Amino acid sequence: MNKRLSSFFVYTLLTLGALAMVFPFVWMILTSLKSFQELFELRWLPREPTLENYREVLFGTQFPRWFLNSLVVASLTTVSVLFFDSLVGYTLAKLRFPGKNLIFVTILATLMVPTEMLIIPWYVMSVDYGWVNTFWGILFPGLLSAFGVFLMRQFFESLPSDLLDAGRIDGLSEFGVFWRVAFPLVRPALAALGIFTFLGNWNAFLWPLVIIQTPEMRTLPVGVALFSGEAGTAWHLIMAASSLAVIPVLIVFFIFQRQIIEGVVLTGVKG
Amino acid sequence: MLRSFIHARALWVSLLAFGLMSAQAQVTITYWQYDFKSKIEAIDELIKRFEAANPGIKVVHQTFPYDAYQQKVGSSIPAGQGPDVVNLFYGWLPTWVKAGYLVPLPESLINPKQIDSEFVSMAQSAKIDGKYYGLPTAVRSLALFYNKDLFQQAGIGKPPKTWAEFIEAGKKLTVKQGDRYTQIGYGISPDGQDHHLVREVLLRQMGGRPYSDDGRKVLFGGPEGLKAFTMYTDWVKKHGIGIPNFFPGNNGYRDGFIAGKIGMIIDGSFAIGTIRSGAKFNWGVAELPLEKAGGRKANFGSFWLHGITPLAKGPKLEASVKFLNFITSAEAQRYWLEKVGELPARKELIKDPKLSLDPVYGPFILSLSYAKATPFVDEAAQRTVIVNAINRVLLQNMDPAQSWKMAAEEEQKILDGFYK
Amino acid sequence: MKRFQLSLAAREALWAYTFLLIPLAFFLFIRIWPAFQALWLSLYDWNADPSKRVFVGLEHYAQMAQDPLLARSLRNTLLYTLIGVPAQLVLGLGIALLLNAVTRERLRDVFRAIYFAPYVTPAVAVAWVFSWMLSANFGVVNELLRLLGLPAQDFLRNPSLALPTVTAVVVWQNLGFQVVLFLAGLQNIPRDYYEAARIDGADDWRLFRHITLPLLNPVMVFSAVIGTIGFLQLFTQVVNLSFTDQGGPLHSTLTVALYIYQQAFGRFDLGYAAAITVLLFGIILLITLVQLRLLSRRVEY
Repeated sequence: MNKRLSSFFVYTLLTLGALAMVFPFVWMILTSLKSFQELFELRWLPREPTLENYREVLFGTQFPRWFLNSLVVASLTTVSVLFFDSLVGYTLAKLRFPGKNLIFVTILATLMVPTEMLIIPWYVMSVDYGWVNTFWGILFPGLLSAFGVFLMRQFFESLPSDLLDAGRIDGLSEFGVFWRVAFPLVRPALAALGIFTFLGNWNAFLWPLVIIQTPEMRTLPVGVALFSGEAGTAWHLIMAASSLAVIPVLIVFFIFQRQIIEGVVLTGVKG
Repeated sequence: MLRSFIHARALWVSLLAFGLMSAQAQVTITYWQYDFKSKIEAIDELIKRFEAANPGIKVVHQTFPYDAYQQKVGSSIPAGQGPDVVNLFYGWLPTWVKAGYLVPLPESLINPKQIDSEFVSMAQSAKIDGKYYGLPTAVRSLALFYNKDLFQQAGIGKPPKTWAEFIEAGKKLTVKQGDRYTQIGYGISPDGQDHHLVREVLLRQMGGRPYSDDGRKVLFGGPEGLKAFTMYTDWVKKHGIGIPNFFPGNNGYRDGFIAGKIGMIIDGSFAIGTIRSGAKFNWGVAELPLEKAGGRKANFGSFWLHGITPLAKGPKLEASVKFLNFITSAEAQRYWLEKVGELPARKELIKDPKLSLDPVYGPFILSLSYAKATPFVDEAAQRTVIVNAINRVLLQNMDPAQSWKMAAEEEQKILDGFYK
Repeated sequence: MKRFQLSLAAREALWAYTFLLIPLAFFLFIRIWPAFQALWLSLYDWNADPSKRVFVGLEHYAQMAQDPLLARSLRNTLLYTLIGVPAQLVLGLGIALLLNAVTRERLRDVFRAIYFAPYVTPAVAVAWVFSWMLSANFGVVNELLRLLGLPAQDFLRNPSLALPTVTAVVVWQNLGFQVVLFLAGLQNIPRDYYEAARIDGADDWRLFRHITLPLLNPVMVFSAVIGTIGFLQLFTQVVNLSFTDQGGPLHSTLTVALYIYQQAFGRFDLGYAAAITVLLFGIILLITLVQLRLLSRRVEY
């Protein structure tokens, strides 16, 4: 009896919490189906559901371009982070050479510096080199991640060295050993790191806001943020644009749920 | 290493571009303004006309969000990759000229005497030390927009002529359901145009002056200022004809008016286009109410001007002046009025009786004759001072006298900082 | 021709340096050098026009002491952290404990995914949706309050409510991350510990106090440190929850990161902004070190 009561209690609380988590998404989608006039009628469900807002966002603004920009920036940084972070992690874990610890500590130390501190020098640098308002300008700060190096080093350390030696005996070069033998063995870690890097760059706001000048270079978050201008706030369009920005992320999340959550666990509990 | 590589590449590209240009004897200039839909469309159309008339010149048009606009200009011009012709609010002029973002208009190509006589007197705020740093296409003033349908429903015959009538109308137009306002009489908006309304309009109507003639001393802290300020805050605190942030978002007061939930707003002529395309009811425009019938008239005039940056040199400068002359020509100003709804800056166009009798443009045009454009030294900071003064009273229940005194002191500090 | 021979160790080192060449260049030029540059920039009046740049020494640091808005932003940032981090930890742990009590694995996974979903959503979109939902007159949250017979609130425009409201939005978004971490931590605790303690006659509270909490300590440290750094750098949500009056009303939501942005890119006072970033760095360093020391003190059990 006591057990049933407490399990009822558990499920009720969890369901209430889950509603609080889901509600804003539902509300966003419901609002995106209303016309501007209907927004202020305080009705829960749209009276005449319309896809007009989506049509306007997709065809009347540069939203598709912003989507593409975010996709390009997030994909390129993810590829770069996966390759270089695992290369560095592997080198620090499995190769012997003078200065190894110094290098590792130096890389870790960069984790302490807040982004705000770097943004101004990055900006001065970008103006000097003409990187302002370019893809390179948006993505160069994220090409490697110290956190990723740390994570990958942990993983490579747990690989048995015999496997690598076997590769060497087969005549692979050092790079071949890394690329053909070690790299494929840390796939779970790569999945976690890759997904987080992608999400981080997809959602990034502060640096893109600073470095982007023209509308066609905007990334998704910057584009959505600047939807509201001096002419007023197009709430119906903002809600449609937000839905379009959020839904793909949620779909990817629910597909790769297991890997993503394992990734969090790996970095937080075991890392 | 990287730097020299990039420089080498830039050099190569510019050589190539130069080669192409000289082959077609083409000059490309860049024009910058901030994002405002009707203005962007108007400039696009004007560029089309200009390029047709001047086959050797190509104009690239780039726009930025309002909040990021000054940042982009300030960072790009020194880096040598910014605009040749640039649009700016007149209040930014002192700072921009001080920072070297603008050059005086060459007198050989643009005659200052002619500008003095052809443009409305307000345009002389674009003059520093006797030299013009730019010209406006259009000027703006403030007026009262009102929802005729709501007025009729509430049994109000005519738009208010005095603030007392304004408050009466506001009360009739305000509808409350429980603790929620479903409709308000006046779309109060400290960070919209109301900070201008208090400091430039109400203050002068009460007989005060915002600043000393040399612009270095804050004078609005006196009794006329406090009277104006208290009258304004009482609209909310005492009469309840509106609440701040009734509508969420940027310029929610205008959105709320367009949605038919607000009876009256005070807005600039630049809002005409937006309201015309959005509002689905009968609306009208009236001159701003007065303290009492026959009382002193005052209005806040302002404008955006087109200036030329140090980046325009040689053939580019010549092309830039040509473009500037074109977008401030009578033809362009007439088009601008139709498309954007901003009032022409040339006297000859304003004198047109068709315009001053127009039910929408008329009140704005009439206001222009007594509107003043106050110079600012740091427009954003000076705006925040007034907005905060209002918010301290409306949101925190501070005594208006105390809040207003604080505002005068804060603003004097800003002026002192600029002129030190 | 004789081939140049290298010892095995030297070859390995050479490979290592080759692998590290690009990454090290990145960390040096993009991460470490700019940090020092920020220090150096903070000593200058860094006008956009190179001919107007002036060395001012420590003047900006003196200016910081006289800047009421900076003081305000520091106080706000501290408040955000002091409310947000504990709220996040307690709620995260609470939900993880509830989830841990769910025996059906499928159902637990579904709940976990729902709680985690906000974490992957763009903060900009979250901020806009909330600023709409929290509107005083037209927001659905106030509509709910009215249904419950409670007075409506102007959450984002009331100077004393705005900061807690922004904090709540951030916590809403971060919660899932905490839940997942704590849940994993809970499932790592061996069952035997509880059974042994139960045989000794310990009640639920004592189990929690003497087994669960101490064993979750490393996860808590990690969560607290990451959460603190996040709140100390709060920017995106604040900007987007009140876009025309950023940091308002009456500077009640202004954060240090936003103030830095406004000084650097609104007023173009890069030197002063850089000086504030140095201060922020100092604060983050100090708090993180203190936290690590305090929280990771091993609890004996």
